[in-house]
Amino acid sequence: MKKSHQFYGSGIPRVKAEDLGGKLIVIEGADGSGRSTQIAELVNWLETSGLPTVQVGLKRSTLVSEELEKAQEGNVLSRTTLSLFYATDFADQLENIILPALKAGFIVLSDRYIYTLMARDMVRGMDEAWLKNLYGIAPVPDAVFYLSVEPEELVQRNLSKNATLDYWESGMDLGLSRDMFDSFLQYQASMQDVFKTLQKTYGFDIVDANRSVNSVTKELRKKIAALIEEQ
Amino acid sequence: MKTFAESNFPGRLIAVEGLDGSGKSTQIYLLKRWLEAEGIKVYFSEWNSSELVKSATSKGKKRELLTPTTFSLIHATDFADRYERHLVPLLRAGYVVLCDRYIFTAFARDVTRGCPPDWVRGNYSFACAPDLTMFFKADLEVSLNRILEGRPKLKFFEAGMDLRLSTNPYESFKIFQGRILEQYMAMSQEFNFVTMDANENVEKQQVLVRKLVSERIELKKFKRRSPLPLPPSLRDEREDKEKEEDKAA
Repeated sequence: MKKSHQFYGSGIPRVKAEDLGGKLIVIEGADGSGRSTQIAELVNWLETSGLPTVQVGLKRSTLVSEELEKAQEGNVLSRTTLSLFYATDFADQLENIILPALKAGFIVLSDRYIYTLMARDMVRGMDEAWLKNLYGIAPVPDAVFYLSVEPEELVQRNLSKNATLDYWESGMDLGLSRDMFDSFLQYQASMQDVFKTLQKTYGFDIVDANRSVNSVTKELRKKIAALIEEQ
Repeated sequence: MKTFAESNFPGRLIAVEGLDGSGKSTQIYLLKRWLEAEGIKVYFSEWNSSELVKSATSKGKKRELLTPTTFSLIHATDFADRYERHLVPLLRAGYVVLCDRYIFTAFARDVTRGCPPDWVRGNYSFACAPDLTMFFKADLEVSLNRILEGRPKLKFFEAGMDLRLSTNPYESFKIFQGRILEQYMAMSQEFNFVTMDANENVEKQQVLVRKLVSERIELKKFKRRSPLPLPPSLRDEREDKEKEEDKAA
């Protein structure tokens, strides 16, 4: 595969973007948009085709995932602190998993990426320029698929899966409404607005994920196959 | 970067920076004692970040998991926690806050480790600049001797061992500190450091520190007022209690 990566900003000390091969594929979308289902499908398909894959996602680092989980449970950290904590989690996986895998020519499937982290903070009023600098360490992915699902449909999917709505995915910390159902709808709608703004800068591929799992899988496979055949 | 005064905070922040062994901690401690005696609302900010951030940082250090980037980010997280939970409320409440080390420590250390200066500065740009930064500049040899005299056990990251400067922790520490000193010097003008001669004796330095602080900060504005009278409801309660106690006696 050809080596063609670059970083969004300053990158990582002593890592040359030219040394990064492989493919970095990001699946973005809210909880209930079908990200993990689609990633499982893709891994299965890619590995069966003989292509090595690695998976990463938010809050999975060795360094801080445990503490980050606890911080969220108690909602004890202030905004900037939580944001930097998430950035630490991302950076740890970036350096220990994503970059080595790309150097080795693997296909990295990322369950969410810096865009979710940026969008969450932007909805909470944080400065976009600050976030862009912070995440200048991230390599530009080869493809970003945003699984778009209407908030009303997300509610249904989340409730049928967990019978409850997640505190953070409902944006309860924002105090939009004491009613979790209302808060969820409002929060997810603002997240989608931010994603639309980010789409203009980062050029995501917006995939209509209101459809069945199968039709979304088909579309993703087709696009990724084209990407892999490019070289 | 705006100072706290320029950002209309009622409080003021004074920071001391310098290498380990430059004597800055002694100087800021003596400054605190003086300000307290003068009846100033002063707070000496010790490094008390929340347990969660502390736990992640010490795990990263113990297991040597940190790269220059994650080292920088986890310390930025730690600083943000301290800044948002601790410094900002105090400065909003009109305190004179004294900081033994501030963001410049991170700038010097992270850039020495190879992080891009603009990236590091950008990450810390949520923080206001101190209203006064004193940089304690001692000869490198003097600082090193003060620290290394007792042959302390130097920790991996503290000695800059992650930079592979030397396999000997003491040698590594010396080279690392030398580079940090260079970074401090390079920042000195940009961030308006007042350079203090840390080779001078402690009392003489403190005279200069106090003079500088009283010139730069209008201290009488930060005097503690006499204790506020209690609101009537509490006053009555207390009087009742006292009466009861009298009766009991």
